[in-house]
Amino acid sequence: MEKELLYTIIVHSENISGILNQVASVFTRLQVNIESLNVSASSMKNVHKFTITCKTTARNIDKILKQINKKLDVINASCYVDDEIFKSEIAMFKISTDEFQNCEDTSRLLRGYNTHIVEVTPEYLVVEFAGATEAIDSLYAELDRIGCVRQFVRSGRVAVTASPLEKVSELLSKRERRYMTR
Amino acid sequence: MDMNDNGQVSGAEILIRSLLREGVDTIFGYPGGAIMPVYDALMDHLDEVEHILVRHEQGATHAAEGYARSSGKVGVCLVTGGPGATNTLTGIADAMLDSTPVVVIAGQIAVDMIGTDAFQEVDFTCVTQPICKWSYQISSPEEISRVVARAFYVAKHGRPGPVVLSIAKNAQTGMASYRPEKLDYIRSYDDDPEIDITRIREAAAAINSARRPFVLAGQGIELGDAQEEFRAFVEKGALPFGCTLLGLSVMPSSHPLNKGMLGMHGNWCNNVKTNECDVLIAVGMRFDDRVTGDLSTYARQAKVIHLDIDPSEIGKNVPVDIPVIGNCRKTLAMLTERLVKVDRSEWDASFDRYRKEEYDRVIVKELYPQEGPLNMGEVVNAVSEATGHDAVLVTDVGQNQMMASRYFRYSRKRSIITSGGMGTMGFGLPAAIGATFGCPDRTVCLFMGDGGLQMTVEELGTVMEYRTPVKMILLNNNYLGNVRQWQELFFNRRYAFTHLMNPDFQVLVSAYGIPSRRVTRREDLADAVREMLSTDGPFFLEACVAEEGNVMPMTPPGQSIDNMLMEC
Repeated sequence: MEKELLYTIIVHSENISGILNQVASVFTRLQVNIESLNVSASSMKNVHKFTITCKTTARNIDKILKQINKKLDVINASCYVDDEIFKSEIAMFKISTDEFQNCEDTSRLLRGYNTHIVEVTPEYLVVEFAGATEAIDSLYAELDRIGCVRQFVRSGRVAVTASPLEKVSELLSKRERRYMTR
Repeated sequence: MDMNDNGQVSGAEILIRSLLREGVDTIFGYPGGAIMPVYDALMDHLDEVEHILVRHEQGATHAAEGYARSSGKVGVCLVTGGPGATNTLTGIADAMLDSTPVVVIAGQIAVDMIGTDAFQEVDFTCVTQPICKWSYQISSPEEISRVVARAFYVAKHGRPGPVVLSIAKNAQTGMASYRPEKLDYIRSYDDDPEIDITRIREAAAAINSARRPFVLAGQGIELGDAQEEFRAFVEKGALPFGCTLLGLSVMPSSHPLNKGMLGMHGNWCNNVKTNECDVLIAVGMRFDDRVTGDLSTYARQAKVIHLDIDPSEIGKNVPVDIPVIGNCRKTLAMLTERLVKVDRSEWDASFDRYRKEEYDRVIVKELYPQEGPLNMGEVVNAVSEATGHDAVLVTDVGQNQMMASRYFRYSRKRSIITSGGMGTMGFGLPAAIGATFGCPDRTVCLFMGDGGLQMTVEELGTVMEYRTPVKMILLNNNYLGNVRQWQELFFNRRYAFTHLMNPDFQVLVSAYGIPSRRVTRREDLADAVREMLSTDGPFFLEACVAEEGNVMPMTPPGQSIDNMLMEC
């Protein structure tokens, strides 16, 4: 069987309803699970940026990219493996104040991971941590062992590329110049 | 016409005006609840646009495909929502796989009712997104003009394809001003990719130094209207070529460089030479598995040059050495400019041995049998000859399709209309109806089987109503012949549900008042074809052919493409 790798796909698209469905359907067609997905406004007005991760084969990732790029409202799509990008995720923990106070390990852990305290109440505190997937996994595992985690949530991955990625605004204005003079 | 004091008109009226602005003169459709305001507005424009009432919405889509493929224009369907919309799905998917420019306009319930499972509510935009080039729901009258302009732009630019517009009832009845819109380009869609001159140089150098070049001609040449550029290219380079099913009429069948069809039921020489050539030049084709057979043995020896407008086709199935992305009308001309004349007569002549062997072992038996029941191929040949090889061929899917595409001959561009990618049985009759509107000056000959005819047989009503001059030839073998052939070859002759108990087709078409004739004997064939072609309007010719006739030669599925069976 062909080897599977974790790929990070970066997509720029028009900000229109239904675009997520169109991008997601490419994965459905190939029966590839999306591991994480982040969609938000890009630096350019009306252009959305997707950061998608999935584990799949080189052959599938080629198909996925071609099919996403083929969608009419997609501006461009490219993919990267981990050593080609700088990446981060954000996690939030809601921790019981009682258990936090009664266990020295908890506060040592939160300091050790350099977490950021968002809110403190008599019942709970909210802690935020940004980092690599594995660091979030291990912080969660350690807090969970203590048994103090009341809620946990993590974002999808966001990433910037090590190589220069052509700016979407430049790509679009180049295209505009070409089409308006044809 | 609905117009209020502010000069505003209904969304339905705006839709019709927007269609007229796109040059639409023919609409294939079927009315229903969610599209009634548009039909009402249409009544005021019947001097500018002809509406063809089909008998089933699937028929409307195939008719629009036939219209588009024969004319080069965008085919238009108008249907209601719910079941009317879902009935078009097969045609939309068919148009997508065969790159056919079609705009399907479907009614939709009013926006404020969407999401309540209202009567005939279907999330049509969502359903169609994976099978069309662009799908959009119009929710207000103000956006109609802009969206229609975009729909037609998308359907015909770049690699053509189907576009679906759902139009909510409130958008049809709401009032707005009509402002004509024109689109120059779509910023997210690079429909005319910049041509990389380095690739052109590389490709030209590879072709110039090739000793055994072979060209694969696809429908992209027809879609790019590049038939003349293609002719100049192959003639200057002395490049023999084979055609895909959809590319069969890019050049006349009689051209000495034209070696016929590629693939599973194609001409043997082409499949052999694909695996012998040193440079393989694919133009506007997509290496479908029916063309390539087993990919691991396909043209491994050759340097592959692929000309296509769609970057997603490059390297999809076959590794490509030199991709030439762009409109082939431009890229072919740029290549031709750089070609040098090379004597390749020996290479060209090397095709002859295989052509002769196929002729002796397959073709002569199929076309000129001395005894026994009629053969499918001989009927096709008789019709093609009687039309002076000048007609438009429309086929259904199956043995009739393969026999017709193999033995019909083409002298003009855009002369074959068939369901290639989807292989949609039932495509033929409605597509042929559409073709008569797309090219009213040409004879349209439709070949179909008894299975496929019955999938869209209701369109005989459309033929009757409009007296569409379709020359319908039914190759009746009382079988789902293609499946039966596979059962014979690969399933030990276990004919699982492929025999059909058929109606009396003569009685059936007579109910529609369509002139017809049944032919069973060889000596009556020529006269029957003559009668069909000399009859004004539609004609139904039923040829009772050998029940267990087979399409040969054949590459068994999954095998190397040059490994063709000449007989069973």
